[in-house]
Amino acid sequence: MDFGFNQEQEMLRATARKFLENECPSTFVRKMMDDPAGVTPDFWQKLAEQGWLGLIYPEAFGGVGLGFVDLSVLMEEMGRVVVPGPYFSTVLLGGLAIQEAGSESQKKEWLTKISGGSAKVTLALTEPNARWDAAGVTLRAREARGGFTLSGTKLFVHDAHTADALVVAARTANGASPEDGVSLFLVPKDARGLEVKLLPTMDQTRKLCEVTLKDVGVGSDALVGEKGKGWQPLARVVDRATVALCAEMCGGAQKILEMTTEYAKIRIAFGKPIGAYQGVKHRAADMLVDVENAKSITYYAAWAVDEQVAEAPLAVSMAKAYVSDAYRKVAAAGLQLHGGIGFTWEHDLHLYFKRAKGSEFTFGDATYHRERVAQLINL
Amino acid sequence: MDFRLTPEQESFRNEVRAWVKQNLPKEWTSRVISGPDVPRVEAYKFLREWQKRLFDAGFIGLTWPKEYGGRGLTFMEEFILHEEMALAKAPPVLNILGIAMAGPTIIAYGTEEQKKRYLAKILSCEEIWCQGYSEPNAGSDLASLQCRAIRDGNDFRVTGQKVWTSIAQAADWMMLLARTDPDAPKHKGITYFLLDMHSPGVSVRPLRQITGDAEFNEVFFENVSVPAANVLGGINKGWEVGITTLMYERLALGFGLQVRLRIALDALVGLAQRTKTNGDVATKDPIVRQKLAQLWIDTEAFKYTGARAITKLLKGEMPGAEASTGKIWWCETHQRLQDIAMELQGPYHQLMAGTDWAVDQGLWQYTYLRSRANSVEGGTTEIQKNIIGERVLGLPKG
Repeated sequence: MDFGFNQEQEMLRATARKFLENECPSTFVRKMMDDPAGVTPDFWQKLAEQGWLGLIYPEAFGGVGLGFVDLSVLMEEMGRVVVPGPYFSTVLLGGLAIQEAGSESQKKEWLTKISGGSAKVTLALTEPNARWDAAGVTLRAREARGGFTLSGTKLFVHDAHTADALVVAARTANGASPEDGVSLFLVPKDARGLEVKLLPTMDQTRKLCEVTLKDVGVGSDALVGEKGKGWQPLARVVDRATVALCAEMCGGAQKILEMTTEYAKIRIAFGKPIGAYQGVKHRAADMLVDVENAKSITYYAAWAVDEQVAEAPLAVSMAKAYVSDAYRKVAAAGLQLHGGIGFTWEHDLHLYFKRAKGSEFTFGDATYHRERVAQLINL
Repeated sequence: MDFRLTPEQESFRNEVRAWVKQNLPKEWTSRVISGPDVPRVEAYKFLREWQKRLFDAGFIGLTWPKEYGGRGLTFMEEFILHEEMALAKAPPVLNILGIAMAGPTIIAYGTEEQKKRYLAKILSCEEIWCQGYSEPNAGSDLASLQCRAIRDGNDFRVTGQKVWTSIAQAADWMMLLARTDPDAPKHKGITYFLLDMHSPGVSVRPLRQITGDAEFNEVFFENVSVPAANVLGGINKGWEVGITTLMYERLALGFGLQVRLRIALDALVGLAQRTKTNGDVATKDPIVRQKLAQLWIDTEAFKYTGARAITKLLKGEMPGAEASTGKIWWCETHQRLQDIAMELQGPYHQLMAGTDWAVDQGLWQYTYLRSRANSVEGGTTEIQKNIIGERVLGLPKG
């Protein structure tokens, strides 16, 4: 057993930390919060040059061919700086869906473009019913004239407004179970009848959209994977993206702990640094316990999806349940221990606090995942 | 990162598994549940024999040097062993204080003579050890201890009192911290002694706990003679030595705690599966499902955080922040687990052993009460949080 990172992974961490400190200070994050695009072409191109846009894609498609343990290292570092922009939606949702379900030619075209920074692809999965399971997919795709016609509404779609294409989960049939009859379609941004509306979000570093499809016609070559069999690869995408999200959340929580500890050392009250008082010290210790456990359970999930062990879905749900609660609690504790200053717009804490909240509900909160754990352990 | 075992580790696992299957005592497995037991007084004799059998089979002291009765293996084998024992719901190890604390401290600070004299008998359970640290006025503030040891030729004369001393009534030896220089600053005047519990002047008085058991004791010393050769690590160096013991305690007990938590959780899930609430099986209740799933997650988190610490040890590094969290986390999780066990039983939770109406022969009632000590013994949760705050996070002392 080796539950640690290897030298290459430690190097990746050091490189990512330095790069992001230089390229993604909070002044940049704040600019991107106000910028509808949420990212600059320059920053995106630099991510491509680092090889990070294709980190987990095969080398044959312009990627680096690394795994989710490696990716977790990068995601932790991105979480530390609340990285804005469509990295998560492009690399872990749209791109990963193509990798999991797409044909060789789809992979070659899109993964190569994504890795090189010339295309962004997102995943349109959730709908106004706000469900994470297969039954939530109700957007209809009817077969017509050798292709399909898609109609319906997708909600909470990451970065659809800047994506070049969307992988849309649609229902082509009502099967025996909700998992049957889900199909994936690659829909270009300029498809007729496709309308994207950017929504105002609490976490301004993560852009969410409403996507409406009104009789959007696509050819049969738009199918990603087999017709009606889209849920299985989609579930793998969601599990993997969830692990990456957990890692990002761990990085954010770790950073809040560091910010709070530093503040508790210098902020003086009643003649002493506030960190000397047990009311503050013990809460900081609680934060550390949460952060360390969150990392442990996330690293295990990353390893489990990399190795595709039977327990992988359970590992993912354990991680998301734990980390969802942990990041929220740590962020709230950080805010509390900073006192009034932590409540100001000027202080960076609220960027983390809001990211924690948004991430908590992305792909299911702790309650959702605890129930999934209960099912997977045969309770 | 790799959680798979090497072929050697795999074969060690099989060795343990096969042995346990063959040798697990029937009188233990026939009990309704195998709860998260700490050694109970009435089981001392049985557990002494169990440890002897484990020792004879080579499953005690895995990481200790071969010349002192160990097997010279790594923490990885220790980890595997504990996991297998948990899966098999094996009985606890009686001489845990000797194995987890006295032994490693003697290995670290002892003379060759001391190592030869004490170590093997700890493993075989021929000599049981207890820990003489806490006093009525020195608990969390351990360094203020007052038990005196005064030099008398080749001996020391010990007078004073210890308290909360687990297993003292069965112990042959004690790790004793006593004050040898009352004029020095409080951390600098303490010496660590290996004290023979059968010496004249030692008296042990069992203390009845809220469980009704008397698993720990008060120990009184009246002019007890201890040879100077039984000083460990040097005169007035006892604080440093004693802290080492506590470090080992937290590390080594971590393995055991993980096992106990897993056994308790499996037992609790079993209880939930055969308990009815409002006319239906408890595991169908969404709130019960949430609570059990959370315990499952927290138990796994405990294991993986421990695994990160072990990985660092295996690589010859010192464990970092992750190693400091275990004790707090375990207490919190285990106490919550015991709360849920009571909740599941509804009004039956009131019944102790002694009536057929009691659930699982009243074992949960014992473990529920016993679990309250978890956040006090071995360093209170409050002290643990001070340690994390000051030594890991670098916050100033109060």
